[in-house]
Amino acid sequence: MKTESKLESILNKGEFAVTAEIGPPKHSSPEAIKHHAEMMRDYVDATNITDCQTAIVRMSSIAAGLHVMKNGIEPIIQMTCRDRNRIAMQSDLLGAYSLGVRNVLCLSGDHQKFGNHPTAKNVYDIDSMQLINMVRRMRDDKVFLCGEEIKQAEPRFFIGAVANPFADPFEFRVVRLEKKINAGAEFIQTQCIFDMERFERFMEMVRQRGLHERVHILAGVTPLKSWRAAKYMQTSVSGMIVPDEIVERLKKAEDPKKEGIEICIEQIKHIRNIPGVHGVHIMAIAWEEIVPEIVQRAGLYPRPKAE
Amino acid sequence: MIIAQQKPIQEIAEMVKDCRKVLVVGCAGCVTVCLSGGEKETEILASELRIMRQLQENPLETVTFVCTRQCDPEYIAMLDNLVEDVDAVISLACGVGVQYIAERYPSKWVLPAQNTNFIGGSIEHGVWEERCGMCGNCILHLTGGICPIIRCSKSILNGPCGGSQYGKCEVSKDTPCAWQLIYDRMQSLGKLDKLLELQPPKDWSTSRDGGPRKAVREDVIIG
Ligand code: SF4
Ligand code: SF4
Repeated sequence: MKTESKLESILNKGEFAVTAEIGPPKHSSPEAIKHHAEMMRDYVDATNITDCQTAIVRMSSIAAGLHVMKNGIEPIIQMTCRDRNRIAMQSDLLGAYSLGVRNVLCLSGDHQKFGNHPTAKNVYDIDSMQLINMVRRMRDDKVFLCGEEIKQAEPRFFIGAVANPFADPFEFRVVRLEKKINAGAEFIQTQCIFDMERFERFMEMVRQRGLHERVHILAGVTPLKSWRAAKYMQTSVSGMIVPDEIVERLKKAEDPKKEGIEICIEQIKHIRNIPGVHGVHIMAIAWEEIVPEIVQRAGLYPRPKAE
Repeated sequence: MIIAQQKPIQEIAEMVKDCRKVLVVGCAGCVTVCLSGGEKETEILASELRIMRQLQENPLETVTFVCTRQCDPEYIAMLDNLVEDVDAVISLACGVGVQYIAERYPSKWVLPAQNTNFIGGSIEHGVWEERCGMCGNCILHLTGGICPIIRCSKSILNGPCGGSQYGKCEVSKDTPCAWQLIYDRMQSLGKLDKLLELQPPKDWSTSRDGGPRKAVREDVIIG
């Protein structure tokens, strides 16, 4: 164990991990976060707290993470490279650790063009790969990015990164994953999977390179509420592949929400049998309350206890 | 070269609304090549302004001149006589030219007619594209001759990000993903293994971040 992360301990025990996502609010009340945390508490091992996802201003992931933590769930703080430079990021990492946060997920972040402040100036001082490496070196080498020693109480995060098997160039995706592992990534959460066949090909390449033995891969799933939601993801979200069958299935369904849950549960059951996948990450966007049902019906309840 | 595009005519007209006489100065450098601030554009701008003011029954007098380069003090000296009796000088050069004129004539009101966009080149007639972000520490030898600093929407050094799909960048279906281009090129050069190397954080101190940058060549300094 490199860290005090509960997620790390569960994954290291070889348990099939379950994480979910909580999106912080566009205001300063913690009530909704508390509510979602209480509801999910017994059903997931940790929750991701997004960092102004799609470049929309929301409560900071660290602050929201604290509310989640107070309500009994371990947070995974997302940190993007879009809004902060290396100084601010390291400062926030120290702060988050001091508050008890033990997991960080490093990502580039959606371009500001998609958000509610498209005229903002982006930062991108460092990229996600360099961020991963920075967090690792702060922990293992006890140094800041500049090389200066962290004299005491270095932040010891369990380091996460993302992988998108549906982006291009496809053959390079696994190579880039390896690069992230070399940089220091210890767990990976993937983009939402709808095209299972492509994901399986991705995992095959992962196994060929032996990467499943060096990193914990948590497969991303998203329950869809309607065929329109599926269509939107299919056509308007870059780096996503949604097969027509899924759109059709939801279109034909009498109760599309119920069908969306069914699809998600089937996906999880399928994913569990893919060698090298060590967990599932449920991104129920604006539908957090459905997570317990999905976990339960997918046969992932009760959750194991961390050591 | 520097690519600049003219501001909307209303915006320029608004800047000179209190003037009776203005000097409109073009530049025979980059902005002539990118068809926004050369002789022709200078004359057109001057006449457009005159016509607008004519219609408002508030005539504007214009004088025009095109400098060989507005980013060179010696060429700006040629304006000495022309600026004397004008209320303002409108420059059609890039931001450098505007500032050089302003520096030379401290008592004159100097106005930009252009938005200076980027450095790049034309990709087809009438279309220009950015190619270099002037980072001050070129890394094109690592990326197959394609600049990720400016052509990748997130200046990623270890790309491509998860938004790259079908060769396009996540920001727009019209924008090629720079990292797809880099990947393709490295592949055809047989150098894909280079992309597995972690590129360290960039030293941005040579870039925009440290105040105005200076380039000094001791060997050509006179005196
Ligand atoms: S690496 Fe720097 S100097 Fe080279 S083309 Fe890109 S921005 Fe320009
Ligand atoms: S899609 Fe390509 S060009 Fe666009 S931000 Fe990602 S890596 Fe950069």
